[in-house]
Amino acid sequence: MELKTKIDAIEGKQEIVITREFELPLELLFKAYIEPEIVEQWMGTKVLKLENKRHGGWQFETLDPKGNKHGFSGVIHEFIPNEKITRTFEMENAPFGPQLEFLEFEKLTADTSKLRMQVVYRSVSIRDQILQLPFAQGINMAHNRLQEIVNKLK
Amino acid sequence: MNLRRDVFQAIADPTRRAILLLVASQSMTAGAIAANFDTSRPTVSKHLQILTECELLKQEQNGREMYYHLNPNKMKEIADFIEPFRKMWDDRFNKLETIMKKYKSKE
Repeated sequence: MELKTKIDAIEGKQEIVITREFELPLELLFKAYIEPEIVEQWMGTKVLKLENKRHGGWQFETLDPKGNKHGFSGVIHEFIPNEKITRTFEMENAPFGPQLEFLEFEKLTADTSKLRMQVVYRSVSIRDQILQLPFAQGINMAHNRLQEIVNKLK
Repeated sequence: MNLRRDVFQAIADPTRRAILLLVASQSMTAGAIAANFDTSRPTVSKHLQILTECELLKQEQNGREMYYHLNPNKMKEIADFIEPFRKMWDDRFNKLETIMKKYKSKE
């Protein structure tokens, strides 16, 4: 099975690199990152604020299956349309602190594009804890998400 | 609709997790496995089929009987703690792709 989404997490480093190739033109891929109503759909979150510009801020709010609210927020440091977004990301009320994200968008062909997301954490141990979160949340969650997507594809 | 068989989908079901625990200690026939559950034999067979398709279980012919045993290499995939993180992003990106493909056709 070929993996469309790749995670590079070198042991002992406080960063990871997520790469993904999309069957989408670059402009559409970038649009999915800047239009609040589209972000809401694929991230499964509510977008309270999304200022796509240098010194802009962003704020998301997500409800978990139990109905608890979780806040995510950060600021945008660099914004170059169809090319680059540099921003911070922080899970509110979590012990991890902010992380720095470099998102690079690249055109492959007229109909395909690539995203490279480099995420830098404060420490190696924080990185490893965050990497383990989805694992800890349990396999049932993964199953539910998969099922949700499959249902939408029908 | 052809569901992609992957290990996480397979072990999301409690009966299938119980089957994996059962055969972890010894190879068993479908009949012996089914005897441990209240569910019908065809239901257990379906679970065995899914576990075999995603290679968590391996079949081995022993005389007239087919025995099921655990595939330890595949079980390691579950132990890989980064995989659920990757899958979380993969799911999100798949969703993004699906949404934007529809968006494109609407334009």
